[in-house]
Amino acid sequence: MLLFLTRKVGAALSLVVVVASITFFMLYASGSDPVANLLGQSATAAQIETRRAELGLDRPVLTQFLEWWGHLLRGDLGTSWTNRQPVMATLLTRVPVTLSLAIAATVVAAVVGTALGTLAARFRGVVDVVLQLVVVVGFALPAFWFAVLLSQTFAIRLGWFPAVGYTPLVESPAAWLSSITLPVVALAAGVTASIAQQVRNSVIEVERRDFVRALRSRGIGPGRILVAHTLRNAAPAALTVLSLQFIGLLGGAIIIENIYALPGIGALAISATNVGDVPVVMGIVLVTVVIVVVVNLVLDLLQGLLNPKARTR
Amino acid sequence: MTGSTAAPVRTPSDHVVRRALRNPTVVVSGLVLLLVVAAAVLAPLLAPHSPTEAVLDDVLAPPSADHPLGGDSAGRDVLSRLLWGARTSLLAGLIAIVTAVVVGVPAGLVAGYRSGRFDAVAGWVASVLLAVPGIVALLVVVSAFGTAMPPSMIALGVLLSPAFFRLTRSTVVNVRAELYVDAARVAGISPVSIVFRHILSVVATPIIIQASLSAGVAIIVQAGLAFLGIGDSLAPSWGAMVNDAYRSNIEAPLLTLWPGLAIGITVAALALLGSGLSDVVNRTDAVQSPRRSRRLAAEAAAEVAAAPKVEARTSDEATLVVEDLHVQYSRQDGTRAEVVKGVSFHVDRGECLGIVGESGSGKSQTAFSVLGLLPPEAVRVAGAIRLRELDLLSLGERSLNHIRSSRLAYVPQDPMSNLDPAYTIGAQMVETIRAHERLSRRAATQRARALLERVLIVDPDKALGSYPHEISGGMAQRVLIAMAISCSPDVLIADEPTTALDVTVQQEVLDLLRELQRDLDLALVIVTHNLGVVADICDRVAVMKDGRLVETRDVFDLSAAPQHPYTRELLGSTLSNVAPRTRIGQGSPSTATTEA
Repeated sequence: MLLFLTRKVGAALSLVVVVASITFFMLYASGSDPVANLLGQSATAAQIETRRAELGLDRPVLTQFLEWWGHLLRGDLGTSWTNRQPVMATLLTRVPVTLSLAIAATVVAAVVGTALGTLAARFRGVVDVVLQLVVVVGFALPAFWFAVLLSQTFAIRLGWFPAVGYTPLVESPAAWLSSITLPVVALAAGVTASIAQQVRNSVIEVERRDFVRALRSRGIGPGRILVAHTLRNAAPAALTVLSLQFIGLLGGAIIIENIYALPGIGALAISATNVGDVPVVMGIVLVTVVIVVVVNLVLDLLQGLLNPKARTR
Repeated sequence: MTGSTAAPVRTPSDHVVRRALRNPTVVVSGLVLLLVVAAAVLAPLLAPHSPTEAVLDDVLAPPSADHPLGGDSAGRDVLSRLLWGARTSLLAGLIAIVTAVVVGVPAGLVAGYRSGRFDAVAGWVASVLLAVPGIVALLVVVSAFGTAMPPSMIALGVLLSPAFFRLTRSTVVNVRAELYVDAARVAGISPVSIVFRHILSVVATPIIIQASLSAGVAIIVQAGLAFLGIGDSLAPSWGAMVNDAYRSNIEAPLLTLWPGLAIGITVAALALLGSGLSDVVNRTDAVQSPRRSRRLAAEAAAEVAAAPKVEARTSDEATLVVEDLHVQYSRQDGTRAEVVKGVSFHVDRGECLGIVGESGSGKSQTAFSVLGLLPPEAVRVAGAIRLRELDLLSLGERSLNHIRSSRLAYVPQDPMSNLDPAYTIGAQMVETIRAHERLSRRAATQRARALLERVLIVDPDKALGSYPHEISGGMAQRVLIAMAISCSPDVLIADEPTTALDVTVQQEVLDLLRELQRDLDLALVIVTHNLGVVADICDRVAVMKDGRLVETRDVFDLSAAPQHPYTRELLGSTLSNVAPRTRIGQGSPSTATTEA
């Protein structure tokens, strides 16, 4: 178990380092001049030069690269090129918003998807056909379009939920729930469909296995077989899908946040990209990769707990 | 994956194409896609206006003859923008999948064919790419290379390439292991031409399926970027249209609908085309739904009700009595196959009955009927099965569960696949015991331990804490036997209990079964194709062939004087000291069967 853990953590760390490094070189050595973008078209060559020197961009890329890592190890992600705020502090206020959105959507998708998938596997027929339809629609309709539709219908026309804005959980749980419901639904819909599809296929596959018949032969009730044995054995595959989906979900959150004006890293990412605020983009990449890596690590450990063979291997 | 030896190369040949054209999902989604492509190509001819021409009077104009779908917030014609937007979306999808295929497929071919270091490195790169959140990576690309669509879609193609890499690699690894590739290599054909002639033809179909799904993903991502305002702001695109609709949402709700429908229909058509094609290739399109078999089952039940009830003819004191049992399965064409055709037998406590026959003779179906464990495809069961006073065929699942284990128990054929891999042996034994008796967990564990000792497992405590994959097949079979007797049943049905085991273990398991049968006074039914097992343990033998019992005899009579020609054949094919030994099929052509 300890070896399993060390290997996973090692792989996760190397992933963070590699992605951050590649991103750094893409942003700092891509040939296009970020400062020219930053200052706009009216800036003179001299102004650009001064600013480059100010930001330390006139030094060799490798020096800047090592410096970036040096600062990072001290918890410093640099300062924004536009508003001169420390990037780390900005991220710390925004990450919780994005995380609560992504985690809530994951939980909703896992629970609803499992229930739908099990129903479809059990009853087939009409339920199954409906599920297949939902899966195709969930795949085909972009989350941002669904979010726009939900916002137009339930926030603007019916006024059941706020159209924009975010209330932190600690301030008022009810207001938090209300501010996050539509974004979570929009974000979870597609993931729910793929989880449901996976659970359906796994449940059908597990139910065909010999041990299910053997359990029936020993007089174990159908409810217990379903929950304790079929779903238990279907869980690892569904978990794998969930960990892949979480990555897409985090990307989706960035778009959805813009629609509902949630103060997460999404709006920050878009504005930083548009003005070429490189330290902020760098910080966002680092944070998202770390989140993905941590979530996958947790899911991997869960996988190890669920699957006795994976542990001993 | 192993192809038949007759057709070494599975090309996506005519018959696949023909089957694809008969598949309604493929045809309909293909036609829809053709329409979208036509709309994109013919946009300059079809569009009533320029997609960028803004007319102040037409701002948020309602649908009219001139503007069939109205005008947007800048007074541009919605229909024209929709048609031109199709170009952007399809081009985006095309750029992304071409990139993904160009990057992923050759890497997968090389990695799968040569393995080694390249395989390891490429696999690692693929897993890195899979862990990168797409939108964030694209934002980085946009920051670095500007907002035009092609670079971001090329980047997306790279991010999508791991799926193509993995697909190609695993297909190549499978194909490489097949004999015809070895044969080609031995014949001196160069690796490159092996890859092209044999491997690419196999990989092509799954890649087409993956490409159609990936194109859908790319279209959605491009729309998402355009929605965020990242991208060429002048080029009409569906994502930008959603954005426009979002900003003017109160005034014109329909504006949201059109681009959403366009994206939805295109991507759904791509996804359905992919899944339809994979159904065609994997031949999973003709599976009968359980609903249909339930309907057939209901029809069959009506027939059974109409049929005259079989009255008991055998001795009522027998523990288990099977009378004139019939089992039918529904075939795909709607007809039914009868696999058990009027089987009758009885077993008493302290007695062992062997049911012998080759595979397909209906012996396992007979056993499963008694246990009520026939699969849902078995649509008709008629006759009578009685356990003492109980009519098993008339019992519901709940009452059956009550009887299973406590009166009627089962030992399966393959011990490893009959234990749940996710739980320890102890947990599974305790679960069975507690399903039937009100015992504390501790008392049930005590009983489980005693049972494991009873089936001669050397270290019962260790066994209780082991997972199924940690024990041997022989031990697993002992565990299953221990579970079968855990609630002291009257009848034990063992389906080929030694077939999956090593020869050395087979005898031990048989000895154990005989001993338990004697000690617990069990009515034991052993289903087997092995006459050695029968001679070893059974008192009486029922010989089955083609769903019928051809002979039921005392075991000594049977080997000494078999009556039925088929029994003689069976004996002749296994025992060396039996006089009437003819070649199978020689004496009576009608009974000659294919290899069992």
